[in-house]
Amino acid sequence: MAVAIEDRLVARTAPGARRPHGPASALRFALLLLSCVLILIPVYVLIVTSFKGQGDATAAHAWDLPSRWVAENWKKAWSGDVATPAQAPGVLRSLTLVVPASILSALLGSMNGYVFAKWRFPYSNLVFTFLLFGMFLPYQAVMVPLVELMLRVDVLPSGIPQLIFLHVVYGIPITTLIFRNYYASIPQELVEAARVDGAGFFRTYRSVVLPNSVPGFVVVLIWQFTSIWNDFLFAVFFTNASNGPVTITLNNLAQGSILANYGASMAGALIASFPTILVYILLGRYFIGGLMAGSVKA
Amino acid sequence: MVSPSVILIAIFVYWMIGKNVQTSMTDIHTAAQAAGAKPHTFVGLENYGALLASDDFQHSLKNLLIYTVVFLGGTMAFGFLWSWLLDRPVPGQAVFRSVLLAPMAVSFIAAGVVWRWLLNSNQDAQASGLNRLFQMVGLGFLQNSWWNNVHWGISAIAMVAVWQMSGYVMAMFLAGFRGVPDELREAGRVDGASGWQLYRHVIFPQLRPVALSAVIVIAHMSLKAFDLIMSISKAANYQTKVPAIDMFLFKGSYDYANAATVGTILLGIVAILIIPYLVHMSRSDS
Repeated sequence: MAVAIEDRLVARTAPGARRPHGPASALRFALLLLSCVLILIPVYVLIVTSFKGQGDATAAHAWDLPSRWVAENWKKAWSGDVATPAQAPGVLRSLTLVVPASILSALLGSMNGYVFAKWRFPYSNLVFTFLLFGMFLPYQAVMVPLVELMLRVDVLPSGIPQLIFLHVVYGIPITTLIFRNYYASIPQELVEAARVDGAGFFRTYRSVVLPNSVPGFVVVLIWQFTSIWNDFLFAVFFTNASNGPVTITLNNLAQGSILANYGASMAGALIASFPTILVYILLGRYFIGGLMAGSVKA
Repeated sequence: MVSPSVILIAIFVYWMIGKNVQTSMTDIHTAAQAAGAKPHTFVGLENYGALLASDDFQHSLKNLLIYTVVFLGGTMAFGFLWSWLLDRPVPGQAVFRSVLLAPMAVSFIAAGVVWRWLLNSNQDAQASGLNRLFQMVGLGFLQNSWWNNVHWGISAIAMVAVWQMSGYVMAMFLAGFRGVPDELREAGRVDGASGWQLYRHVIFPQLRPVALSAVIVIAHMSLKAFDLIMSISKAANYQTKVPAIDMFLFKGSYDYANAATVGTILLGIVAILIIPYLVHMSRSDS
C-alpha cells in the first residue's frame, strides 16, 4: 500500500527528476500568481459592485469595498422593478431550454458516434466529414433563410421550443465527434461479441455501448449545457425579452436603461453565470475533456 | 440510423447556405420585399461588389482584422506561457489551472457587463474602471478611451476576448505538453540538453500540431465575434462594428440581401481558413 502510493508520487515527479522547489520554481509561482490576480480583477469588481448601495458606487470609490454591504441590487436584479428587467424569468426559461436540449443532443450524438465508430458503412468517412463541416459554420451565413424557415414552417412555438430544436440540430456535429472519438476506445470485440450473440443495432447499443458511455455523456452534457446556456446569437435572432433565455434578459438589464445601473447589472451577471460556474467547479475535469474533444483530434 | 442527423444537417446547414447565397444575389433591401409583398429581382454579384467597395464595410473588415490579430496574438502568448509555467510541478498547480481557465465558463454577455464598467472611457477625476485603477497605482499615463477610439477601439474588446479565451489555449498546450513522450525528454537529457535546451530543441517542436489547432480554433472564433461587442459596446457603434454586427443590423432593417451577403462573405473567409486545415489533417492521418 505504502509502496503503491510512493510509486505514484514518484511517477508524478519522475519525468526528469524535477525538483518542485528552487529559484526557477519560485519565479514560476510568482508569475502564475500574478496572472491569477489579473484574471480575477473582474470578479472582484462584480462582487463588490453588486453589494454596493445607492450612492456608494461613485467613480471616486469605484474600487473600494462597499461602505455597507447590501443585497438590494441582488433583489432588484432577480425580481426586477420599474427600471430593471427581472432575471428570474430568464433563468427559468434558460433552464427549460438547457436541460432538454442537452439531453436530446447527447442522445443523438451518442447514437451517431456509435454508428461512425463501430458500424462503418459505405462512404461513412465521407458522411462524417459532411456532418463535421457544420461545426465550422458561421451561423450568420444561414441566419436570414433560417429565420424565414422557422417562421414559415411554424411547427414549433417561437421562443424556447424553437431554440431547443436549433441547438439540438446545430449540436449534431460536435456531439457526434466527441462520441465517435470516445467510442473508438471501446474494444471492437465487445461489440462483435454481442452481434455474434444475435443482438441487433439497438440491442447492442443498449446492452453494450450505453452502459460504457457514462464519461462520454458527462463530457457532452457539460459541453452542451455550457454552450447553450451561454448562447446569445440564436437567442437574439429567435427570441425577445418576454420569451428569451437569460443572456437576453441580462443584456436588456445591462444595456436597457439610459442611466446604467451597474450594481444591479453585476448582480444579474453573477446570477446568470451561477449555473455554468457551478458546473465548472464541480465537474471541471470533464469540462476540459469537452474542450479537447472539440479541438484536438483523438 | 444516422440518416435523421444527415437529413437535418443537409437541410439546416447545406440547404440554408444555398438559400442564403440565393438571397444574397437578389435586391431584397426593404421590408416589403422581405415579406414578399413587393417583387424582387436577381442581381448577381452586385451586392458583393457594392458592399466590398463601401467605406463602411471596409471599416468592419479592418476592425475584424485588428480584432483577430490582437485576439490571436494575446491568447497564443498567454496560453503558451501559462501552459509552460504549469508543465512542471509548482505549488498550487491545480488551483492555478482552474482559475486561469475559469473565465471560459462564463458567457460573453455576462463578461461584457463587468468589462463595460472596466473599460469606461472617462478619465482623470471622472474616471472609474481600469482608468481609475491606473491612477491609483501610479500608471495614470496609461488611461485611454478604450473601445471609444474610432481607429483602435476594437482592440480593447479583443483584449476582453483574450481574458476570456487564453485559458482555452492554455488547456490545449497543456495537453500538448502531456503528449510529449517521457522517453523523448529522457533521451534529450541523456544527450546532455539543459532545461532550456530541452524545451527549445526537443519539446517545443512537438507542440506544432497543437499550436496549429489553437490558431484555427481562435481565428474561427474571432470571425464570429458578436456577443462581446453587443454587450460592451452596442450594435450601432461605428467604432466597434465587425461583419457579424453588420449582418445583425442589415437583418434588423429588413435588408435581407445585404445581411445574406455579409453572411456568405464570412462563410467564405472561414472556408479559406478551414479547408486547407481539414485537408492537411486528413493527409497527416493517412
